[in-house]
Order: sequence, then C-alpha cells, then structure tokens
Amino acid sequence: MANGSDSNRRKFMATTLQSIGLTALGGFLWSGYSDEAKASPLVLRPPGALPEEDFLKACIKCGLCSEACVNRESNIDKETGKQRPGTLKMAKGGDHKLIGTPFFTPRDVPCYMCDDIPCVPVCPSGALNEASVTNDKGELDINKAQMGLAVVHKESCIAYWGLQCDACYRACPLLDEAISLEYMKNERTGKHAFLLPVVHSDVCTGCGLCEKACVTEKAAIFVLPREHATGRAGDHYVKGWDKQDQLRAGERKLDEIETKTKRSEKAPVDYLNREIEY
Amino acid sequence: MKKVKYLLLRRVTQIGLLVLYFGANAYGWQILKGTFGSSLLFGTIPLADPYTTLQVLATGFVLGADVLLGAAIITLFYFVVGGRAFCSWVCPINMVTDLANWLRRVLKLDREEVNYRFLKRSARYWIMVLGLIVSAVVGVAAFEVLSPITIMQRGIIFGFGAGISVIIAIFLFDLFGVKNGWCGHLCPLGAAYSLIGSKSLIRVKHDHEACTNCMECKVVCPENQVLWMVNKESVSVTDGECTNCGRCIDVCGDNALGFSIRTMAKKQKEAAA
Repeated sequence: MANGSDSNRRKFMATTLQSIGLTALGGFLWSGYSDEAKASPLVLRPPGALPEEDFLKACIKCGLCSEACVNRESNIDKETGKQRPGTLKMAKGGDHKLIGTPFFTPRDVPCYMCDDIPCVPVCPSGALNEASVTNDKGELDINKAQMGLAVVHKESCIAYWGLQCDACYRACPLLDEAISLEYMKNERTGKHAFLLPVVHSDVCTGCGLCEKACVTEKAAIFVLPREHATGRAGDHYVKGWDKQDQLRAGERKLDEIETKTKRSEKAPVDYLNREIEY
Repeated sequence: MKKVKYLLLRRVTQIGLLVLYFGANAYGWQILKGTFGSSLLFGTIPLADPYTTLQVLATGFVLGADVLLGAAIITLFYFVVGGRAFCSWVCPINMVTDLANWLRRVLKLDREEVNYRFLKRSARYWIMVLGLIVSAVVGVAAFEVLSPITIMQRGIIFGFGAGISVIIAIFLFDLFGVKNGWCGHLCPLGAAYSLIGSKSLIRVKHDHEACTNCMECKVVCPENQVLWMVNKESVSVTDGECTNCGRCIDVCGDNALGFSIRTMAKKQKEAAA
C-alpha cells in the first residue's frame, strides 16, 4: 500500500511537471508568434486611433468601425447609386497586419474625412478615442485626426521635374493648409516656374486623398504613420526666437544640460590628432 | 425527423447569426453587427465575449464601458442558459469540427489504432490561463491573434484571405489528429464557457429506467466523458463541458435523454429518494 501511494505521488509529480513544462513551451511559442504578429509598423489606422502600441492592446477586433465606414450614407456613388468600397478594411491572414484590426490603404481607398466621423463613436473598446477628434466646442472634428502624414518623394514627383501638376494640392480636403504650393524659378528653362507641393505636418491628417490623386505610376506623395514620418529635435535644440518653443525645454538652464555620447568620453583634441571611430 | 431535430435547430441558429452579421456589413442591417469579440444588438445592446474581454484587460488596457457591459450580459446569459451553448449553437467552428467528427466516424478513424490521444481534455484550461498571461506579457489579446473562431467569422463577414488556412488546419487536426481535438481539448474560449456554464440551468437529463444501453449517445457526444451516468443513474448532466448540443437527445431511440431545468431535476431526484 505504501508503495502504491509512493508511485502515485511520483506519477502525480511527473504529470504536474509535464503539464507545467508543456504550458511553458506553449507560452514561449505563443508569445513569440504574437509578438511577431503585432509587428507591422507601416499600417494606417482609423481616425482617433490610440498610439499603435496601445491600439493593439485595446482593439477588440469587432469590425464595427469598418462596417460604419462602408455603410455610411455618403458612401453611395451619386452617379451609379451603388455603394463604393469602404475605406477601413479588417486585416485578414496574408495582409501582414495584426489579424482582425482595422486599417486603410490610401492608394486603394483613402479616408474621405466625413464630418460626422461614423467610424469613431461606434468603437466599443476605446481603441478609437473620440476625445482626440473632438474640438473645444465638444463637436466631432475630423480635421483633428492624425492618421498619418503625407510625404513627398521629390525625385518621382513630376512637379519637382518642372511639369505642371497640382493634383495632390487640389485633392487635399484642407486645401492650402495641409499642402501648399511653393513657387520657385526653374533655372533649367529660365522662364518657367516650379509649383512644388509642400506638406505641413501640423495640419495634415493623413487621409491619403493626395496619395489617391497622385498621377505618377507609384504615388510620389504617400501617407506614412506619423511615428515613421516625423523626427524629433529633442531638448538640446530650442528656437531661441520662439517663446513657445522655449517652453518646450522648460526651466532647464544651459549649464545643466550635458550631452554625453561615446564621443564625448575622449578629448576633442584627440579627434584632430588621431582618428576616432564612432 | 427526431433524429436531427436539435442538429437542424443548431445549424439554423449558427447560420442565421452569421447571416445577420454578414448583412450588417454588406447591407447595413442593424439587428446584430460586429463580431463575437464585441457586437451590437438592435443597434443599442452591447455584447462582448467574456474571454476576449479578459484578454484585453490582461494587456493592461482599461476597456470602454460598452465592452464591459456587453461581457457582463453574455456571461449572465450563458450562466443561465447553459454553459457551452455558445460552442454548439453559435460558434461557426462547431460546423467545421462536427464535419470532421462525422467524417471520422464514416472513415472509421475513431478506431483505436488510428486514434491519437496525445492530448488531455484539461489542456484547454491551461491554455485559457496561458492566453491571459501571454496577453499581459506581449501586450496584445493573445488568443485573438490566432483564434479560428473569429478568423472564420470575420472571414465570412469581411472575406477570408489566407485566414482560410487556419480553418482547414483545424479541420485536418480534428479529422486526422485528435478526435474532438480543437473544441474538446484546446479551445480556451470553450474552456471559459465551461466555467461560466458549470452551474447553468438548462441541462440534459438522463433517465436510467428508459435507457437500453445502446451507447449511441456516447458515440456522437463531442464531450462523452460528461455522459458517465448513462445506464447507471437517473441524473442531469451537470458537467460544464457539456455543450448542450442536444445531439445525444437526437440519437436516443429510447427517450432516455432530454433537456430539463437543473433545479427541477434536482428536486425530482430528491422526491424520488
């Protein structure tokens, strides 16, 4: 009898250990896969979406935003009376975006920036934050959306070649605010002007109407997630002529700011006397 | 007709719900829209899957009130109506695994020598807990990354893409791998509903007197460990793993099985004793 309970205990220990071990194995595989699956940095989210990291936590993948988008009244083609494809798609297997999350591809269907923003209030989880697209008067305001930022590739933009094209400028819902045309003399011909599209990142919502309108084979103006299309000057550089920008640096005094990099470990004179690798 | 009554009712429910969800996207219907993760009934009542909700909460995100209320409604519903009724009456994967299961019987893959049993039915509870841990560690609702349930549902509503391969994988696993492999061993959603419904009211009741021990019920039952009382005792199936699919009632030729209300069944037993 004593033997029996002993072997029972041993069996219990072994199966418990096995269960824990297999669970750990599964956990590592699962974590690895999930972590890879959510790594899709170049994806454009609906208006009001939380920063990507939080959005991926919050989105419950219900598709209500996408359904509201495609079924909005303004999505009926006035000429044919038929419904057009919606802007927001739900990521499928093979889209290489976290499965079941909403995204849009401006070159296919851009965001038309509806005044009533049908996609945002329907979000039940809070992944699309209504407050971020609400103005001071408490009204929904699509112009506050920051879905992405349009970027111009000068080398393929035919306006930069000197041809007259203002397709993106005219397509922009925030005409002359998000994209303005900069005039410059065309030195090559000596008598023509460049009309160069310039995007202003403080106004651009990332709707992608410009990308859709772009006439080149592969769009020369395209929307990237803001995180990928913007830089950051940091606290070391402050516009001394701009009161507002000085606030950004706060109360810090110049002598309190010390920049330490790998380079600063060595004396500056070394740089002149010896080659320093960095 | 009796042989397939509940089977037909279930298929009508399952397909009917999918049609409503599909119509919500394709035609703007307001009856039932969203997906199982979170839905809106009649444009006002929020519904949400309790396990999905837990996963999102595990990531550390404070969810909107709509989802929390929806999850409470669904939890209460299955708490009362009968645990895994979701699995057999709502979940679209049930149709896939039922087909695999039926083929198993036709192809005689249930026979011992080709029936692999390398998984325990308790694995799903480990996976359920693990899903919450992985959600917390990775910062994304972990089961939703690969859930064939919502992949299939979204596939039907929005288009499958390569997601169809997940559905085929589940089918092949259940057909050639483990019998009832997905729904009966792995699915953490089913595990969650097992727990929610372990005290639910609507139950299958067995009548020992009428039973002729033909064992038809145990052949069709996807969780046949819950039918331990067949031809032994006249009691209700109280195990939360019972999906309330009613297939055992369909195939029983002796009227020895039927749906009943738990408390009544209990009282009857007391009265008999």
